[in-house]
Formats: sequence, C-alpha cells, structure tokens
Amino acid sequence: MKVVAALSGGVDSAVAAARAVDAGHEVVGVHLALARDRAQERTGSRGCCTVEDARDARRVADVLGIPFYVWDLSERFAEDVVEDFVSEYAAGRTPNPCLRCNERIKFSAVLDRALALGFGAVCTGHYARLVEGPDGRELHRAVDDGKDQSYVLAVLDADQLAGSMFPLGGSTKDEVRAEARRRGLLVADKPDSHDICFIPDGDTAGWLRDRLGSAPGDVVDAVSGETLGTHEGAFAFTVGQRRGLHVGRPAEDGGRRYVVGVDVGSATVLVGPPVLLEVDRIEGERARWCGPAPAGPVEVDVQVRAHGERIPGVLERDGAAVRVMTRERVRGVAPGQAVVAYAGTRVLGSATIARTSRA
Amino acid sequence: MTQFPVYLDHAATTPMRPEAYTAVTEHLLEVGNASSLHAPGRRARRVVEESREAVAAILGVRAGDVVFTSGGTEADNLAVLGLYRARRAEDQRRTRVLATAIEHHAVLDPVERLGEHEGADVRWLPVDGCGRLDLDALKSELAAAPETVALVTVMWANNEVGTIQPVAEVAALCAEYDVPLHSDAVQAVGTLPVDASTVDSLALSGHKLGGPVGVGALVVRRGLSPQPIVFGGGQERDLRSGTLDVPGVAGLAAALLASMGDLEVRAHHLRTLRDRLVAEVVESVEGVTRNGDPDDGLPGIAHLSFAGCEGDALLLLLDAAGIAVSRGSACSAGVPQPSHVLLAMGVEPLAARGSLRISLGHTSTGDDVDRLVEALPPAVARARRAGTGR
Repeated sequence: MKVVAALSGGVDSAVAAARAVDAGHEVVGVHLALARDRAQERTGSRGCCTVEDARDARRVADVLGIPFYVWDLSERFAEDVVEDFVSEYAAGRTPNPCLRCNERIKFSAVLDRALALGFGAVCTGHYARLVEGPDGRELHRAVDDGKDQSYVLAVLDADQLAGSMFPLGGSTKDEVRAEARRRGLLVADKPDSHDICFIPDGDTAGWLRDRLGSAPGDVVDAVSGETLGTHEGAFAFTVGQRRGLHVGRPAEDGGRRYVVGVDVGSATVLVGPPVLLEVDRIEGERARWCGPAPAGPVEVDVQVRAHGERIPGVLERDGAAVRVMTRERVRGVAPGQAVVAYAGTRVLGSATIARTSRA
Repeated sequence: MTQFPVYLDHAATTPMRPEAYTAVTEHLLEVGNASSLHAPGRRARRVVEESREAVAAILGVRAGDVVFTSGGTEADNLAVLGLYRARRAEDQRRTRVLATAIEHHAVLDPVERLGEHEGADVRWLPVDGCGRLDLDALKSELAAAPETVALVTVMWANNEVGTIQPVAEVAALCAEYDVPLHSDAVQAVGTLPVDASTVDSLALSGHKLGGPVGVGALVVRRGLSPQPIVFGGGQERDLRSGTLDVPGVAGLAAALLASMGDLEVRAHHLRTLRDRLVAEVVESVEGVTRNGDPDDGLPGIAHLSFAGCEGDALLLLLDAAGIAVSRGSACSAGVPQPSHVLLAMGVEPLAARGSLRISLGHTSTGDDVDRLVEALPPAVARARRAGTGR
C-alpha cells in the first residue's frame, strides 16, 4: 500500500515510518507545517514543528530512504484548532487541541489529501492499536498503558480509522527508543513533546490573555458566597485547578481550595473544597463513535482527561449527546475536555464534556 | 521496468560539464595556496589567473574586474551590501535602493536587510504581467532625485519564470543619472550572450552553468569599490577574503568556456524542446496557464500554472513517477510560500500555488519531454481531486 507517514521530527513518528517501510509499504514522509510563524529551534520538550523539527524529520526520511515533503496546513490548523481553542476558553471550557487536531487535521485534511493523491493510509507514531473486529476496524489502547494515546484518537470515526496506521501500539516507549537507536535514527534520544504545540513557552494563560484581553472578575467561595479575591480573566482557570488562585486566606477548615466552577458571563471563578469537585454524572455533546454507535445503555469505563484513570460507569446515548453515570465519584472533570468511553481496551467513542453533576 | 529519472530542474542546478569535471579533478590533488610565494603557490596562482582571464574575456570585461566568490549568493550580497555601504559612506544622501520586485532572494534579502537595519529607503520596481521591469517606473524613481540613489539592481533573467530583463535600457538610464547598476545574471550567464561591461557589477554562479557548486564571481568594474562583507587575508582585490578555491575556479572557467562553445545551438535545441513541451501540455491538460514572456525568456524554462490544484501535490506525484521538477525557488524549510515573482506579476495567490517550473538544460532530450508530457495529465487529474486544500 502507498502510505503517507506523518513525520514530526520526533522519535515515535520516525520509528512508525520505519516499521511501515519494513512492512513492505511504499512510504512517503510528510512533515506538517502547522504554525504560521515557526520558531527556529525547540526549547526542551516544548512545542513542535519548528524549523529544527522539519530538519530532523527530513533526516529521518533520508535515513529511511523515502521521499520527504512538507505540507503546509497552517491555515487549516489556525481555523480548526487554534481558533476553536481560543473560543472554547472564551466560553469557559478547557479544550484539548490534540483531539481536535487529530479529528480535523491529521485524519481529515491530511488523510483526505493523501487518499486523493492515491495513498491508502496515514501512518503516525501514536501509541494505540487497530484491531480488525467483526464489525470492522476497532481502536484499542496501546500495550504501554503509561504511553497510551487512545484518548486523543477517540474522535476518529470508522472511515478515519480505515485510513489510519499506528505501528507503535504494540510497543513500549523504551522499545521504540531502543529501536530508533538500533536503526541509526538520530532522533532516538530527543525529548518527548509535551504541552500545547502552538504555545511554545507553555504559558497558556499569558497566551490566552494576549488574544482575549484581560477580563477581571472575582474569585468567590462556592460555599460561603464570599468574595476572596480577583483574577485577570476567568478563561485562565480550569475546574480542578489548585495553583495560581491567589486567595490570601486559607479556607476555614484549613484545607486547600480548588476551582470548582468557571462562569465567564459574570467573570466569576468559584473555588471550594475538593469535595465539590466530586461528580458522578457527566453530560457530553458532539459525540463521535469509533465504529457503530451504542444502541442502548452500555457498561463502560470512562476516561475524562489524557492519561487519567478509567472509571467504570454506564453510558447512554441520545443522538449526538451522551450521559455517563459513574459508579464512583470522580474529581476534576472539566467542561471542554473529552469523556472517552472504553469497553475493555477498545475505544467506543468520545464526547465533549458539557456539564457535570452529582446524584 | 524502472526508467531513468527525468531531470527537469536545471535552473536549480545542472549536471557538471565534462570539461569542468576534468578541470576540477585535475587540480584537486595539487597542493598550493594561490597566495603563497613559493613554486606550488605560483602554480595555483597561475591556474586562478588564467581562469580569471578566460572568464573576463567571455564576459567582455578586464581580468581585474572579476572577483571570485563562494557562489552567486555571496556575489549578490557583496554587490548589494557593499555598494550601498560604499556609496552611502561617500555621500550620506544616497539612501535609496531601487530593485525589481522579482529579484532572487540573494538580492531581495540583503536589500530588505538594508531597509531594516541600515536606513535604506527601498523602492521595489514593478513588473508587467510577463515579469518584465516597468522602465517608466525606474525612470521616474531615478529622475525624482538621482543624487539620493545608492544603487539600482535588476536581474538579467528571472530564475522562476525566465523573463529576460531590459538590461541595456536600464543601463542607459543608470548611466544618464550616474547611478551604479548591479545585475544578478546567475540564470543568464552560460545560457544567453552576456556582455558584463553593460553593467557596473554582475553576479554569476558556477553550478548553474555546468561548473562546480561553491564557486561564483562578481564582476565589478574598476573605480567602483564595494565595501567587503568577508574580511581576512585580502585576496581578490581586498574585496573578498578567503583562500582561493583553485579547482573550483578552474571548473567555473572550463564550464563557462564549454557553454560558450554551444551557446546558440543549445539555445535553439532547448527552445524547440521547451516549445513542444508547452504545446503538448496545453493540448493534453485543461486549465493550464503559461507564466513569463513567451517570446523573450530563457530558452529552457517553462513556468506553468494548473488551475485547481497545488503545485506541491503535482511535484510529489511527478517525483513518484521519476520526474524532477520544481515549485519555482527552493526554500530551506521546505514550506511553500506563494512566489513573490508571480505575485508581482499579478498572478492570483491561488493560481500561484498551482504552478510548476520545468527547466531544461544541456543534457535534456526529447525523451525527457515525452516522459513529462505522458506523466502530467494523470498527475494533474489526481492533484485536482486532492484540491487546493482550502
């Protein structure tokens, strides 16, 4: 098969491409230029798609002996990922741009282009497994649970999965690094990327302030209704956040306070004890199913943030909306993040968290 | 059956001519620094000076006018930065730089730098739809305040669309107003008859004319002393320091000499191939526009826009079919930007994205053209299915 291997310049995508070559596919390396103004160099593990990353990706392609091109998707990325990120925060939610990028860019814009140009699949270095099941292709968690990235892929529908290739799902990160070294790939020891690739200095609050302006408001105690302090913009706060609240006084019981709610309309950040964070009902919207949608209530395990733990519960679907009742209470469920439903290791689908409550 | 690759990117770099290969390899194992006084040094010096004389004779200038550099880019940088600084030092009023909007980045970027960091008042001169300089615009800029012009820079022939510039007319205007003229002739030398004495300074590059990479020259008339941009041992008239590359210089001269030998025959051959290529592509593919001047352009360049597709996609598909073409001008990070040349010519940005530069050279054959003409229609159809991505 003709395969487009997305090469970020990192170790995972390099080894994934190498394995696709070994599997006998006709592989073409493609580096995605996503940022409009690209930094020249990486700073540690922050950011991606710098000019240095593009060079590293090109070297990987050289070593593998495959063609290499840069595809400029910066316009689509700005519209579909960055603008969405800003407007979600402006609405008081906490989006996960990686899911959005996978849904709209890597396995949509890139995949569509690849298919039109005569390729059969897009190969990436994500840690997840594709399994051929009775109802078609299934998305499963990676073998390396610590590295599993099925959460950020849970937006892919059956068509998108049909055009995907994840050669690393059966390996651990250590194995992948060792293999990169064995193959003579110079990116073997490059640090992993973290944080948000288009905010290279990692200062999300500052980045958002530049775009949304400051919108000062009060920090209010959710229990007493007392105003405890002020903030520069409610968008900088996420449900479950503990740091950066700047409320001078400790809580009366001496415990720590957390952000328990964000109301952008009144510019209010509600804080309170951790017990207020505990919920067992999660309502999601914009559901996406990695295969057939569930017909009735199903027993699932849900994950509410990347690399979070899985909690058992029951999922009900109502059109594009879902409701999950968890068997135990779960903390720090932030609207805007995805709730991802699993049956065992299999990913059923995902939805964007809209509301949470407690029975 | 795998076929031989088809190389149609001669404007990027062209295969080395056998004469140049012989000259380079002949001197590669010889020791001797051309600046040394002993016998090996003298031997090296002699090779350099004979090469200089050969280059000068071909270009119609004196040997002393030829300054060897590391390539076309350095030659352009030396001319632009060096002439601006020297002319400005003589007279502080000389702040204006007049440059065509379609210069190569080797000129464009130093000019922009002068504007950003050294107080230059840069005037980008417009071109017409064929990519030819608007002489009236140049004339009015010159006439407005000739005493404030540091230099004029007009390329001999454009590297993307191939349009030949009215250098003689530009030179006459510059002479009238007593302003120095630099010309980037990297694409012209070796392909067109170039009389370097027409202009005050002229850049050329070895590998574009069948010589080695890493060597070029600035022809700069005496009496015009650009300030150096590379400092050191003062080789090359104190205009350019650095140990002379004896094999490179010998290879450049040998390639230039060889290219003069078949200049007219080759131009005719390339024009015939190119015109057939364009005619057959236009016939077999719908929505093709030819960019540049169809009558007065470099004989080996065909610059074509394909409506409704991305040039990148076409390049990928042709590459997979073993055919090497270009988007226009290469970019270090490989991120395509709409070509400033096409935009200056008034081509719509979307159309500019769907364009390819196909450039033939001294090794091109009718078979190359056949292969391209055969591969292009399915590639365009497929690239159109992929769309413009917007």
